[in-house]
Amino acid sequence: MLDRLWPSRRIPLAWLLLSRQPARLAVALAGIAFAGILMFLQLGFRDGLFDASITIHKLFDADLVLLSPRTMSSIAMAGFPRRRLVQVMADPAVAGTTPVHWNFLLWRNPQTRATRSILALGFEPGDPLFTDPSLAPKAQVLSQRGRVLFDELSRPEFGPIASWFRQGRTIDTEVGGKRVRVAGLVSLGPSFGADGNLLTSSETFLSLLPNTPPGSIELGLIRLHPGEDPAAVAARLKRQLPADVAVFSKQGFVEFEKNYWRSSTAIGFIFSLGAAMGFVVGCVIVYQILYSDVSDHLPEYATLMAMGHPLPRLLGVVAREGLLLALFGYVPAWLAGQALYALVRSGTKLPVAMDGPRSLLVFAMILSMCLGSALMAMRKLADADPAEIF
Amino acid sequence: MALSAPIRNAAAAAADRAPTVSVRDLCHWYGSGENRRQVLDQVTLTIHPGEVVLLTGPSGCGKTTLLTLVGALRQVMAGSVRLFGEELREAGRRDRQRLRCGIGMIFQGHNLLRCLTAEQNVQMGADLLPGIGYRARRDLARGWLRQVGLGDHLHKLPHDLSGGQKQRVAIARALAAQPRLLLADEPTAALDSRTGREVVELLRGLARDQGCSVLMVTHDPRILDVADRLVRMEDGRLREGRFQEGEESGAVR
Repeated sequence: MLDRLWPSRRIPLAWLLLSRQPARLAVALAGIAFAGILMFLQLGFRDGLFDASITIHKLFDADLVLLSPRTMSSIAMAGFPRRRLVQVMADPAVAGTTPVHWNFLLWRNPQTRATRSILALGFEPGDPLFTDPSLAPKAQVLSQRGRVLFDELSRPEFGPIASWFRQGRTIDTEVGGKRVRVAGLVSLGPSFGADGNLLTSSETFLSLLPNTPPGSIELGLIRLHPGEDPAAVAARLKRQLPADVAVFSKQGFVEFEKNYWRSSTAIGFIFSLGAAMGFVVGCVIVYQILYSDVSDHLPEYATLMAMGHPLPRLLGVVAREGLLLALFGYVPAWLAGQALYALVRSGTKLPVAMDGPRSLLVFAMILSMCLGSALMAMRKLADADPAEIF
Repeated sequence: MALSAPIRNAAAAAADRAPTVSVRDLCHWYGSGENRRQVLDQVTLTIHPGEVVLLTGPSGCGKTTLLTLVGALRQVMAGSVRLFGEELREAGRRDRQRLRCGIGMIFQGHNLLRCLTAEQNVQMGADLLPGIGYRARRDLARGWLRQVGLGDHLHKLPHDLSGGQKQRVAIARALAAQPRLLLADEPTAALDSRTGREVVELLRGLARDQGCSVLMVTHDPRILDVADRLVRMEDGRLREGRFQEGEESGAVR
């Protein structure tokens, strides 16, 4: 069948050179897979950390948001006057707004009595906060003072709140030195800046942080009427509002946060460097394998040249060896990457997953690693002098 | 091993055709400057189609150099080498590579590819033939292996073959490219006398069937009688048809 479809094909020399030395092939593939896994892991951590920084951001029910221009990131939210949000309501495109208080408070683990910083969001229990509709009925209990909703996905260091709550226990603990009661569970997820989250009413929030000026909020959510263009409205609001607020689209808000972690911290650099190390290690391994392969077979290559096989065809053999190594090395790297991502997800609750762009990126890196090394090893082939073999 | 090579007077049949190889006043040097050493001096040699020429001489006298020059493996420095009617002195790397497709080479060591089976090794020779499908080339390779008596060892690696069998695979590989000239450098050096004799007779028989000329370098006095013509080289010069004591002058026909 193959003979008829592809009559001009030749002996698959590249494949035979590799496969007839299974030990060397295994070492080569292990090396390439190792480099690939390293790249997957480093890039996965990097992207996972960036994604983890916006777990909360993605949940908000908003088309546009207002922030203080002094806000740097979710871990340093500055306040702005709440009446700016009231001003926004004057725009005919705006359907509704939600003022949100945002700060970090010390949560006392009711089991161990240890304290830990938790992200607290305060809002009017009647206002829409998240796109998830299951929040609204739960939020009703917050109208009672001193009640909080606890994020059941928070890290375990905050105490076994979720399981206690499900057992029907009454959970009273301390937040910011004040007594609160857990009145329900929500499912949000920890982010890079916050190990855990809790929701409460604005009233309770202000009582937990009595020094907060009541007219100041950290985040303003703006919802538009269906069919309105968020970019146009944002531009209009920017013109109308004074310079003490900044207007973002929801996506812009997400990018703003990611960008903080990308540019203002060493995370991006560290993990990109880690991936680059994997690339370099892989290059060295593949080059070493291909170079010694060409060296070992130099008399054989010279024989083929003496027989009249053109040099480009022999260079093609080395290139194909590189290509085969890339393909066979990538598959185990990808599979191991999947497994390690699952391990990372369960161990750190970081949202690390195998996605298309990263799979492609790592494949492109492995491919260029193997073909680049093949190109270097080809120079050795020029040493094959057919006149020397007689 | 029984082989029925039809005996014919190759030299006579070739007389009216253009020579396969025509070497005139060929000189060659190694090194440069003060270390420059002449290895070939005014060598003139003609090989006609179908002719079997044996080249003998003490080691270091330039036999192998002559072989590599005729085989288009080295650039000609001075003099003229015409291969299949083409002048090699002018030929570049690509021209020489193209011309080499018409030459079968058999080496002292068999130089088989270790990672290929006997059949695949022979097919590396057949792969040089243009315009033939994969299956046809494979069948060609199998046919040649049967011709050299290795029909039962098609899928063995060189590692699993004896020295004589490896040299026979090398012969099949050289012939599979349907060459017009076979160059052999001491093909019997690594073989015992009986196997060496068998291999050389096989080589001569198959080459004659193909109308293929043979230029063979050898030290082995037991195989000199297979030659149509015997050429002796000494200190870079050729002395045709003259032999020293101890050599079998009867080999020349």
